[in-house]
Amino acid sequence: MKLPPQRGPVSAELIDLLRTFAPENDQTACDDRLVVPLESEDILFSDDLQLSLFVLYELHYRGFDEVDERWEWNPQLLALRARIEEQFERKLREIAMDVSYVPGDAQAVAQQLFTLANDDGGPSVSNFIAREATLEQAQEFLIHKSIYQLKEADPHSWAIPRLNGRGKSALMEIQFDEYGAGRPGAMHSELFALTMRGLELDAEFGAYIDRLPAITLASVNMMSLFGLHRRLRGCIAGHLAIYEMTSSIPNARYARGFRRLGFDTPVTDYFDEHVEADAVHEQIAGRDLAGGLIEYDPTIATEVFFGAQAACAVDALVGEHQLTAWRSGKSSLRTATERMPA
Amino acid sequence: MTSDGSKIVVCPQGPLIVRGEFTIEDGHGQEVPTNRTTVALCRCGSSAIKPFCDGTHKLKNFEKRS
Repeated sequence: MKLPPQRGPVSAELIDLLRTFAPENDQTACDDRLVVPLESEDILFSDDLQLSLFVLYELHYRGFDEVDERWEWNPQLLALRARIEEQFERKLREIAMDVSYVPGDAQAVAQQLFTLANDDGGPSVSNFIAREATLEQAQEFLIHKSIYQLKEADPHSWAIPRLNGRGKSALMEIQFDEYGAGRPGAMHSELFALTMRGLELDAEFGAYIDRLPAITLASVNMMSLFGLHRRLRGCIAGHLAIYEMTSSIPNARYARGFRRLGFDTPVTDYFDEHVEADAVHEQIAGRDLAGGLIEYDPTIATEVFFGAQAACAVDALVGEHQLTAWRSGKSSLRTATERMPA
Repeated sequence: MTSDGSKIVVCPQGPLIVRGEFTIEDGHGQEVPTNRTTVALCRCGSSAIKPFCDGTHKLKNFEKRS
């Protein structure tokens, strides 16, 4: 993807650095001081910091057009990333609330995660899409989702070498399915691209980055944070478990909404596939991945539940952002004014 | 090549998870197509995509003690 336009001093400096210099020439840029003045701002809604974090993480996934690939492991960029991550993680722990996990076997873990998913009082974007979204709102919904769904499953794959035993087998079984079980064209990310194209949207990864609000970037940055740190392997497992557990029923509603708007296969394939797939995945993710992980190492339980609760909390904020905009007849994407260079 | 056959997990308040080598047939002996090697089969009776599970049991009181 192309480097996105900046959204403030940190991302301006970062993007300029990536665009202009070669890593061997510059070891001093990206001064830490840039991050400090933004401490008081709510990092979940900071366009500048969420975009910067997204760009820093993306160096580990597919990189950017015409950006030197050596930046990925540049110590200064890693230091900048760590500074932003520190604030981000602190905020996530704050909004995720306390974990009330009762120790037990894998089934007990699954049960508690299902309860958490069931009690998730987040706003129902799926009901809105099913019943009342306009075509434009359905397009916006896909644009928000695209920043994760076009690389669906990738952030959780970072955890593979960090797990073992039952938890690892479970993760592999889920990921194999996410990546289309070896069938070319059947990766969930590819099905999502078909859905986007069916609504005449650009399915190139990152095509709409400039339109995405900070909170949408925060939801995908959270996955990269959990995925890229071995220390947070429990969190990424909990994140995946709760994602799977809150997926099959909403996806059936999305499918209904897109059919209501006059679409059918292949546009609805992505959602139909997820109804069936995630009814399988949620069982494996709850009992074998999260439960297996906790059985193997009970000390990780709090992190698994934190990951799950953080996922619910951030996604509730994304949903709230979308529904608040749509219910007042506004776009949930960044407006032209917001996207004007500072 | 050796085979371990198939294994079925009865998920409390949830579906049957079937993993391994299996085929699913309907009452007329017609194979029910699936692309998965692991499937979840509806146990609560409320699924809209039977014989597969669609997660609807979570909205019901299936096997829940009141």
